Amino acid sequence: MELKNYETVFILTPVLSEDQMKDTVKKFKKILTDSGAEIVSEENWGLKKLAYPIQNKKTGFYNLLEFKADPQSIKNLEIEFRRDETVMRFLTVALDKYATAYAEKRRKNGMGSMYKSKKEGAKK
Amino acid sequence: MSLINEPIHSSRHENRKKYCRFKKSGIKYIDYKDPEFLLKFVNEQGKLLPRRLTGTSLKYQRKVSVAVKRARHIALLPYVTDSLK
Repeated sequence: MELKNYETVFILTPVLSEDQMKDTVKKFKKILTDSGAEIVSEENWGLKKLAYPIQNKKTGFYNLLEFKADPQSIKNLEIEFRRDETVMRFLTVALDKYATAYAEKRRKNGMGSMYKSKKEGAKK
Repeated sequence: MSLINEPIHSSRHENRKKYCRFKKSGIKYIDYKDPEFLLKFVNEQGKLLPRRLTGTSLKYQRKVSVAVKRARHIALLPYVTDSLK
Protein backbone atom coordinates (compact mmCIF):
# COMPACT_ATOMS: atom_id res chain seq x y z
CA MET A 1 0.00 0.00 0.00
CA GLU A 2 1.33 3.40 -0.80
CA LEU A 3 1.96 5.70 2.12
CA LYS A 4 -0.23 8.76 2.33
CA ASN A 5 0.52 11.99 4.10
CA TYR A 6 -1.64 12.70 7.10
CA GLU A 7 -1.88 15.36 9.72
CA THR A 8 -3.59 15.06 13.05
CA VAL A 9 -4.40 17.76 15.57
CA PHE A 10 -5.44 16.68 19.02
CA ILE A 11 -6.34 18.61 22.14
CA LEU A 12 -5.37 17.36 25.59
CA THR A 13 -6.99 18.41 28.85
CA PRO A 14 -5.37 21.39 30.56
CA VAL A 15 -5.17 19.65 33.92
CA LEU A 16 -2.27 17.50 32.81
CA SER A 17 1.24 18.24 33.97
CA GLU A 18 3.89 18.80 31.34
CA ASP A 19 5.38 15.35 31.84
CA GLN A 20 2.02 13.66 31.49
CA MET A 21 1.40 15.58 28.30
CA LYS A 22 4.74 14.57 26.84
CA ASP A 23 4.09 10.97 27.76
CA THR A 24 0.73 11.02 26.04
CA VAL A 25 2.23 12.47 22.87
CA LYS A 26 4.97 9.82 22.99
CA LYS A 27 2.34 7.15 23.35
CA PHE A 28 0.60 8.22 20.16
CA LYS A 29 3.86 8.49 18.30
CA LYS A 30 4.66 4.96 19.37
CA ILE A 31 1.31 3.70 18.11
CA LEU A 32 2.10 5.25 14.76
CA THR A 33 5.61 3.90 14.45
CA ASP A 34 4.46 0.47 15.57
CA SER A 35 2.10 0.27 12.63
CA GLY A 36 4.85 1.31 10.26
CA ALA A 37 4.26 5.04 9.94
CA GLU A 38 6.97 7.61 9.48
CA ILE A 39 6.60 10.73 11.57
CA VAL A 40 7.42 13.85 9.58
CA SER A 41 7.01 16.48 12.23
CA GLU A 42 5.56 17.18 15.62
CA GLU A 43 4.38 20.50 17.00
CA ASN A 44 3.16 21.61 20.33
CA TRP A 45 1.13 24.80 20.36
CA GLY A 46 0.87 24.71 24.10
CA LEU A 47 -2.05 25.88 26.16
CA LYS A 48 -4.57 27.75 24.04
CA LYS A 49 -7.94 29.19 24.78
CA LEU A 50 -10.77 27.24 23.17
CA ALA A 51 -13.36 29.08 21.12
CA TYR A 52 -16.09 27.30 23.10
CA PRO A 53 -15.95 25.11 26.20
CA ILE A 54 -15.30 21.42 25.63
CA GLN A 55 -16.11 19.15 28.55
CA ASN A 56 -16.58 22.35 30.56
CA LYS A 57 -12.93 23.33 30.05
CA LYS A 58 -11.90 26.60 28.49
CA THR A 59 -8.30 25.85 27.50
CA GLY A 60 -6.38 22.90 26.17
CA PHE A 61 -2.99 21.68 25.02
CA TYR A 62 -2.90 21.59 21.24
CA ASN A 63 -0.59 19.14 19.51
CA LEU A 64 0.04 18.56 15.85
CA LEU A 65 1.52 15.42 14.34
CA GLU A 66 2.40 15.07 10.71
CA PHE A 67 3.17 11.63 9.39
CA LYS A 68 3.17 9.26 6.45
CA ALA A 69 1.20 6.11 6.96
CA ASP A 70 -0.64 3.24 5.47
CA PRO A 71 -4.33 4.15 5.19
CA GLN A 72 -5.37 1.07 7.16
CA SER A 73 -3.52 2.15 10.28
CA ILE A 74 -5.46 5.37 10.73
CA LYS A 75 -8.41 3.48 12.13
CA ASN A 76 -6.29 2.10 14.97
CA LEU A 77 -4.94 5.53 15.76
CA GLU A 78 -8.41 6.98 16.01
CA ILE A 79 -9.58 4.13 18.24
CA GLU A 80 -6.71 4.93 20.57
CA PHE A 81 -7.65 8.60 20.56
CA ARG A 82 -11.17 7.74 21.60
CA ARG A 83 -10.01 5.36 24.32
CA ASP A 84 -7.70 7.88 25.93
CA GLU A 85 -9.60 10.03 28.40
CA THR A 86 -7.14 12.90 28.29
CA VAL A 87 -7.80 13.58 24.61
CA MET A 88 -10.67 16.04 24.31
CA ARG A 89 -10.79 16.41 20.52
CA PHE A 90 -8.88 15.09 17.57
CA LEU A 91 -8.97 15.61 13.86
CA THR A 92 -7.06 13.53 11.30
CA VAL A 93 -6.77 14.91 7.81
CA ALA A 94 -5.31 13.34 4.69
CA LEU A 95 -3.08 15.81 2.86
CA ASP A 96 -3.08 16.16 -0.90
CA LYS A 97 -0.12 17.50 -2.86
CA TYR A 98 -1.00 21.16 -2.31
CA ALA A 99 -1.53 20.59 1.37
CA THR A 100 1.80 18.79 1.69
CA ALA A 101 3.61 21.60 -0.10
CA TYR A 102 1.94 24.14 2.16
CA ALA A 103 2.82 22.15 5.27
CA GLU A 104 6.48 22.11 4.28
CA LYS A 105 6.53 25.83 3.72
CA ARG A 106 4.82 26.39 6.99
CA ARG A 107 7.38 24.38 8.85
CA LYS A 108 10.12 26.54 7.45
CA ASN A 109 8.53 29.92 7.83
CA GLY A 110 6.04 29.59 10.65
CA MET A 111 2.31 30.22 10.60
CA GLY A 112 0.85 32.47 7.98
CA SER A 113 3.71 31.80 5.58
CA MET A 114 1.43 31.02 2.69
CA TYR A 115 -0.33 34.32 2.60
CA LYS A 116 2.69 36.59 2.84
CA SER A 117 3.90 35.93 -0.68
CA LYS A 118 1.08 37.65 -2.53
CA LYS A 119 3.65 39.65 -4.45
CA GLU A 120 5.51 36.56 -5.58
CA GLY A 121 2.71 35.65 -7.94
CA ALA A 122 1.33 32.22 -8.73
CA LYS A 123 2.77 29.31 -6.80
CA LYS A 124 3.09 25.82 -8.11
CA MET B 1 -43.55 58.93 -11.05
CA SER B 2 -42.23 58.46 -14.55
CA LEU B 3 -43.01 55.59 -16.83
CA ILE B 4 -39.32 55.06 -17.50
CA ASN B 5 -37.32 52.97 -15.06
CA GLU B 6 -35.25 55.22 -12.88
CA PRO B 7 -31.55 54.39 -12.68
CA ILE B 8 -30.72 52.26 -9.67
CA HIS B 9 -28.19 53.83 -7.35
CA SER B 10 -26.51 50.53 -6.64
CA SER B 11 -24.57 50.70 -9.93
CA ARG B 12 -21.60 51.98 -7.97
CA HIS B 13 -21.41 48.72 -6.05
CA GLU B 14 -21.80 46.58 -9.16
CA ASN B 15 -18.92 48.33 -10.93
CA ARG B 16 -16.43 47.44 -8.19
CA LYS B 17 -14.23 44.68 -9.58
CA LYS B 18 -14.85 41.52 -7.58
CA TYR B 19 -12.26 38.85 -7.90
CA CYS B 20 -11.43 35.60 -6.26
CA ARG B 21 -8.41 36.26 -4.09
CA PHE B 22 -7.23 32.67 -4.37
CA LYS B 23 -7.24 32.61 -8.13
CA LYS B 24 -5.52 35.95 -8.26
CA SER B 25 -2.72 35.09 -5.87
CA GLY B 26 -2.43 31.44 -6.83
CA ILE B 27 -3.12 29.99 -3.40
CA LYS B 28 -4.07 26.34 -3.72
CA TYR B 29 -4.60 25.20 -0.17
CA ILE B 30 -6.59 26.80 2.60
CA ASP B 31 -5.31 25.91 6.00
CA TYR B 32 -7.87 25.18 8.70
CA LYS B 33 -5.24 25.78 11.38
CA ASP B 34 -5.00 29.49 10.64
CA PRO B 35 -7.99 31.18 12.31
CA GLU B 36 -6.72 34.70 11.61
CA PHE B 37 -6.95 34.14 7.91
CA LEU B 38 -10.30 32.39 8.12
CA LEU B 39 -11.81 35.34 10.00
CA LYS B 40 -12.00 37.14 6.65
CA PHE B 41 -14.64 34.68 5.44
CA VAL B 42 -16.78 34.73 8.50
CA ASN B 43 -19.06 37.44 9.88
CA GLU B 44 -19.20 38.88 13.38
CA GLN B 45 -21.42 36.09 14.60
CA GLY B 46 -19.04 33.46 13.30
CA LYS B 47 -21.25 32.53 10.36
CA LEU B 48 -19.79 31.89 6.91
CA LEU B 49 -20.11 34.80 4.52
CA PRO B 50 -21.76 34.28 1.13
CA ARG B 51 -19.66 34.24 -2.02
CA ARG B 52 -21.20 37.37 -3.38
CA LEU B 53 -19.81 39.35 -0.46
CA THR B 54 -16.32 37.91 -0.42
CA GLY B 55 -15.99 37.54 -4.19
CA THR B 56 -14.64 34.00 -3.92
CA SER B 57 -15.13 31.54 -6.75
CA LEU B 58 -17.23 28.45 -6.14
CA LYS B 59 -14.31 26.04 -6.01
CA TYR B 60 -12.52 27.99 -3.32
CA GLN B 61 -15.65 28.87 -1.44
CA ARG B 62 -16.20 25.17 -0.91
CA LYS B 63 -12.64 24.78 0.35
CA VAL B 64 -13.08 27.74 2.65
CA SER B 65 -16.25 26.19 3.96
CA VAL B 66 -14.50 22.91 4.71
CA ALA B 67 -11.62 24.73 6.40
CA VAL B 68 -13.93 26.81 8.57
CA LYS B 69 -15.90 23.76 9.62
CA ARG B 70 -12.71 21.90 10.55
CA ALA B 71 -11.49 24.90 12.51
CA ARG B 72 -14.80 24.98 14.35
CA HIS B 73 -14.44 21.31 15.20
CA ILE B 74 -11.07 21.82 16.84
CA ALA B 75 -12.28 24.95 18.60
CA LEU B 76 -10.12 27.46 16.77
CA LEU B 77 -13.25 29.21 15.60
CA PRO B 78 -16.57 29.33 17.42
CA TYR B 79 -19.79 27.94 16.02
CA VAL B 80 -21.87 30.77 17.33
CA THR B 81 -20.89 33.94 19.10
CA ASP B 82 -21.45 37.65 19.17
CA SER B 83 -18.77 40.25 18.52
CA LEU B 84 -16.19 37.93 17.02
CA LYS B 85 -14.16 40.73 15.45
